[in-house]
Amino acid sequence: MALIEGKTGAWEMVIGLEVHAQVISKAKLFSGASTAFGAEPNSQVSLVDAAMPGMLPVLNRHSVEQAVRTGLGLNAKINLTSVFERKNYFYADLPQGYQISQYLHPIVGEGTIILDLEDGETREVGIERLHLEQDAGKSIHDQHPSQSYIDLNRSGVTLMEIVSKPDMRSAEEAGAYLRKLRTILRYLGTCDGNMDEGSMRADVNLSMRRPGEPFGTRTETKNVNSIRFVQQAIEAEARRQVEVLEEGGEIVQETRLFDGMTGKSRSMRSKEEAHDYRYFPDPDLLPLELDPAWIEEIKASLPELPDAKKSRFMSGFGLPAYDAGVLVADREIAAFFETVAEGRDPKLAANWVTGEFFGALNKSGIELADTPVDAKKLGGLLDLIADGTISGRIAKEVFEAMWESGEDASAIVEAKGLKQISDSSEIEGLVDDIIANNPKQVEQFKGGNEKVLGWFVGQVMKATQGKANPGLVNQVLRQKLG
Amino acid sequence: MSVDKDTVAKIARLARIRVEDSQSEALAGELSNILGWIEQLSELDTEGVEPMTSVVSMKLPLRDDAVTDGGYPEEVTANAPEAAHGFYAVPKVVE
Repeated sequence: MALIEGKTGAWEMVIGLEVHAQVISKAKLFSGASTAFGAEPNSQVSLVDAAMPGMLPVLNRHSVEQAVRTGLGLNAKINLTSVFERKNYFYADLPQGYQISQYLHPIVGEGTIILDLEDGETREVGIERLHLEQDAGKSIHDQHPSQSYIDLNRSGVTLMEIVSKPDMRSAEEAGAYLRKLRTILRYLGTCDGNMDEGSMRADVNLSMRRPGEPFGTRTETKNVNSIRFVQQAIEAEARRQVEVLEEGGEIVQETRLFDGMTGKSRSMRSKEEAHDYRYFPDPDLLPLELDPAWIEEIKASLPELPDAKKSRFMSGFGLPAYDAGVLVADREIAAFFETVAEGRDPKLAANWVTGEFFGALNKSGIELADTPVDAKKLGGLLDLIADGTISGRIAKEVFEAMWESGEDASAIVEAKGLKQISDSSEIEGLVDDIIANNPKQVEQFKGGNEKVLGWFVGQVMKATQGKANPGLVNQVLRQKLG
Repeated sequence: MSVDKDTVAKIARLARIRVEDSQSEALAGELSNILGWIEQLSELDTEGVEPMTSVVSMKLPLRDDAVTDGGYPEEVTANAPEAAHGFYAVPKVVE
C-alpha cells in the first residue's frame, strides 16, 4: 500500500478500473459486417450499424462465447440469464442514439484476478462484472476546419466492459492489474490487448481517503490508452485531489480527460448531463439465456492460464516466483521457455531466456517469431554448457555469434575453436609457468590474500582466450599454490 | 408520480426535442396523466412472478460469426445530409 504524504498527514488512493476490451471476432456483435482494422471508411458497415430504420440486431454467438470464456478465465460467475439494454445518449458517432449494452443483468458477475507485483508478491483484486456492448464509430476532427468526419467501421464491434472492484491502492497496482488482465485476455484469445490501436482502453475511477476511513468522492478519468498513461493519470489526479482536500475543498464527482502530452487532466463538464442514460431493456432483443452444457464445453476448451502455468513453473521447474511470473506473462515466451527447458536444467534455461535472450530481443526490436535463435538452437547452446564443451562465459560470445548468423551453437564453437580446455595437463603446464613468473603474487597468496587467486585465474584465462575450464583452473591453482 | 415543468424541460433536452416554454405546462399535465395510468400496474402483487418477455415461448436467436454484410459505403452515406471522402461530415464536435 502506497500512501501519499500530504501537508496534513497521509492519504490513501482507492482505485477501480473499467476496461473496454474489443472482442476478437470476424463479424460485429449484432450485424454481419467485418471487424477488420484499417479498412476504407464506412466500408464495413451494415445497415444495422448505420441504424437505418427497421433494421433488427441479431446476436453473434461467438461474441457471447468470448465473453463467457473471459468470465471463466477471470474465475467469475457466469449468469445464465442476461439482458441487453439501451444506454441513451447523443453523439455523432453513435447513429442509433443509444448503445446496446448490459446494465442490471450482465453476462458475467463477480470474479478475481491475481496481480503479480514487482517484488514477486501477489495480490488479489476483485472483478465486479463483465458485460457485452457495442463499440461506437470513430470521429476524426483534424481533417476539416469546421467539420468532423465520422467513420462507422468500428460501430457495432463487440466490446467487453470489465469492471474491477475499488481494490487497488497505488498506480503500480493499477499497472499490474492492466498487465495481468491483458495477459489473461491474450491467453484466452478473446482480445488482442493492443492499447495503441485502441482495442483495450481504460477508465480510471479514483478517490482519496485517510487510511482506514470510508471511501471519498471519486472522479472518473476517461479513455486512457496506455499503461504508462494510466499510471501517470493516477499520480496526477491523486495529487490534485489531495491539494483540493487539504485546502478544505470538496471533490466534485465528475468525468475528466487525461492528456498524455501534458500529463494533466481536465474536467469534461459538457458530459455531465449525458450521464442520465435512461437505460431500459432493448425491446428488439429477448433476454440471453445460456445453456449450462455450453458453458461446460467452453470451460473444457480453456488453455492453461497464466496463474496455473506460473505455479507449474515454480513447482515443476523449481523457478522463483519472479522468474516464473516474467516467463508466463506472454504465452509465446512461456512456450519458448518450455521448449528450451525440456530435458535440461530449468534454472539455467530460465536465466538464459530472461537474461541474454530477452536482452538481445529488446535490443534488436525483433518479434519472438522472427528471432534468429529459436528455442531449439538456444537449447543446443545450453547442452554445450552442460556437457562442459564451453564455459558460461564463452557461451555468451557464442550466443552473440548465433544471433548474428543464425547458425547452430556447435557449428560456431567448432569454426571459432572455442572448445573449452578441460585437459588438466595442459592447464597444469600453464599454471606452472604463471607461478614461476609471478613470485610476488604467490607470496601474497601464501600470506593469506585469497583475492589474488582471482588474479591467477584471470592470467590463465588470458593465456587461453577464456577457453580454460574455470572449475578446473581453480582446482589446479589451489593444488599448486596450496 | 407527477411531472413538473422543469422535468419536462430536462427530458426534452435529453431527447433533443425542442419544447417551447409555453408548451411545457400542458405537457407536464399530459405526462403526469400517462405515468399515473401506467402506475396502476404496480397495484398488482408480482412477487415471485418471472417477467414475461414474449407471448410465445422463444429463445433469443443467435447467428454464426461470419462476415455476410457491408462493403457498400456509398449506400451507407447515401442519405447523409453531407458526406466527404467516404465519411459522414458533421458540424465539428470536439470535446
